[in-house]
Amino acid sequence: MEHKYYVEMRGVNKSFGSFQASKDINFGIEKGKLIGLLGPSGSGKTTILRMLAGLETADNGDIIIDGKVVNDVPASKRGIGFVFQSYALFRYLTVYENVAFGLKVQKWPKAKIKERVAEMLELVGLTGLEKRYPNQLSGGQRQRIAFARALAPQPQLLLLDEPFAAVDAKVRQELRSWLREMISTVGVTSIFVTHDQDEAIEVADEIIITNQGKIEQIGTPKDIYKQPVTPFVAQFIGQSSIVENFQRFAGFEHANNTATHAVVRPEYVAVTKKEEYVRYPIHTEEGVIEQTAFRGSEIELKIRVKDTVITASRLLDDKPVEVGEKVNVFIYRVYAFDDKKAYVIENDALAHPDSVII
Amino acid sequence: MKRKRRKQRVIPGFGLSLGVTVTILSLIVVIPLCSLVIFSAHLSFADFIKTVTSERVLASYKVSFLTALVASLINAVMGLILAWVLVRYQFPGKRIMDGMIEIPFALPTAVAGISLTHMTVDSGWIGSFFAKFGIHIAYTRIGITLALVFIGIPFVVRSVQPVLEKMDAQYEEAARIMGASHAYTFRRVIMPEIMPALIAGFTMAFARSLGEYGSVVFIAGNTPYYTEITPLLIMAKLQEYDYASATSIALVMLAAAFLILFINAVIQSRTSRIISGIK
Repeated sequence: MEHKYYVEMRGVNKSFGSFQASKDINFGIEKGKLIGLLGPSGSGKTTILRMLAGLETADNGDIIIDGKVVNDVPASKRGIGFVFQSYALFRYLTVYENVAFGLKVQKWPKAKIKERVAEMLELVGLTGLEKRYPNQLSGGQRQRIAFARALAPQPQLLLLDEPFAAVDAKVRQELRSWLREMISTVGVTSIFVTHDQDEAIEVADEIIITNQGKIEQIGTPKDIYKQPVTPFVAQFIGQSSIVENFQRFAGFEHANNTATHAVVRPEYVAVTKKEEYVRYPIHTEEGVIEQTAFRGSEIELKIRVKDTVITASRLLDDKPVEVGEKVNVFIYRVYAFDDKKAYVIENDALAHPDSVII
Repeated sequence: MKRKRRKQRVIPGFGLSLGVTVTILSLIVVIPLCSLVIFSAHLSFADFIKTVTSERVLASYKVSFLTALVASLINAVMGLILAWVLVRYQFPGKRIMDGMIEIPFALPTAVAGISLTHMTVDSGWIGSFFAKFGIHIAYTRIGITLALVFIGIPFVVRSVQPVLEKMDAQYEEAARIMGASHAYTFRRVIMPEIMPALIAGFTMAFARSLGEYGSVVFIAGNTPYYTEITPLLIMAKLQEYDYASATSIALVMLAAAFLILFINAVIQSRTSRIISGIK
């Protein structure tokens, strides 16, 4: 048996009553990787995590950790650390007792427990808070303690359920990079569940996208962003606008594709004012600005092009555009999709540069 | 002229509602309690001490406290199990069982006392069974304890139940993943969560048991020095028109009840400090 993957699921199904939460789940994760399980709520991502942890049992299929089928291995024997969404820190135990909990249960000698807890608290940067109770900590500190508690018994696999959901936006940003660093320091294989695509793209080495109990795509954040293979992924990732009959648009008339719908992402749309220079005039559409919105670093635009509204953006420093103004809209790329697959289609101007120059 | 701006409250009329609260509290709690002190004051301090420490009265304290304590301890254990079963398991008839918990509240206590006595006398249903082993229930301290268990159980169940219902399943899962056994998880994780509620239920049951009269008098048999409870003794003094003695003994009971509730309040505030995170 080859040991290419550290964690694997093969043909796993799980139902709660008549609701099928997981449908034929197959994936493999290499040792030491940080994996994001991404999907909308109710897509079955947490169920996958809980089955890995042994908190739920799969109806059929195999769950393999470190080359062993663990279907019948209880949660406590799987060598797993689990960080809960609400952290589940024991309220009546101090920080020290919380972190030491798993070690005490495993009957570590007292001196070693003390040493390990001190080491964990130093790792998460909370040395000196041993005597506090969880409710005397801030949200970010609680998350770190939950992390320290899960890692203290030296698990081989760390599972995190929506680890950033319970902290506010500013702290979340900090914790993300902190977590990434921490996990690469410890070198533990980790899987985290999230519904936030930015989070998954920023933190994970690899992303598993789930939808309606099925896995849609597995790949690096870059792959998933650039090469969505299913219609769902094409629509889910990025701030997309969906257009029908994309062949109508300039530059896509010759797209040799049966798909009718397509996703247009703002980053693949260039909006220029009428007087500004246009590089590929024949492949450029005209649109009318319908709405502008300030988004901090950029201005988000809703532009009506041939009866379809497309979302695009301009930088803050660019010459301002106004509602009702006519602008040139050049679409670099669309993600066309039919019922089963998604395709990347470039604008003719870029796909066949020779044919452009007349 | 400047009008002072008032903060809007959700429920208007703070002044009025506080007035109503204080009036009701004085009428039904404070004034009767004060009258206790005033009536007792008819006795000199030496007489007061003599009354409340006479041999028969001391024996009645012992009976009252002992039976109330044992009954409340039994209630703490049984009530916890009952609440646990009602919260954690699904079974047919659960709703009915849940509703039945409150029957001791609703039933006239004398009715409970009479029916319990009827069942536990040596010729009764249950009493006849135990009588074979030489255990007599009615007219003994066991009988008193039984009556007190009956009236005290809802206090424990109703205080523990909501806490168990609210308790996050994630605590147990976290403990389970870290390899804790059921017993260890229960002791270290679940028990601390329900302990404040359990103590509150226990003290309420205990305080109630101390003062219970109606259900106990029938089953106790009221043998002086053996099954005579303090409330009965107060009643006896009243029937002899010895108001001063009656209120003196009552004053001791009041002090005891106050002490029990005070200890409970101290424990509750300690645990709530841990929960709220204020040092």
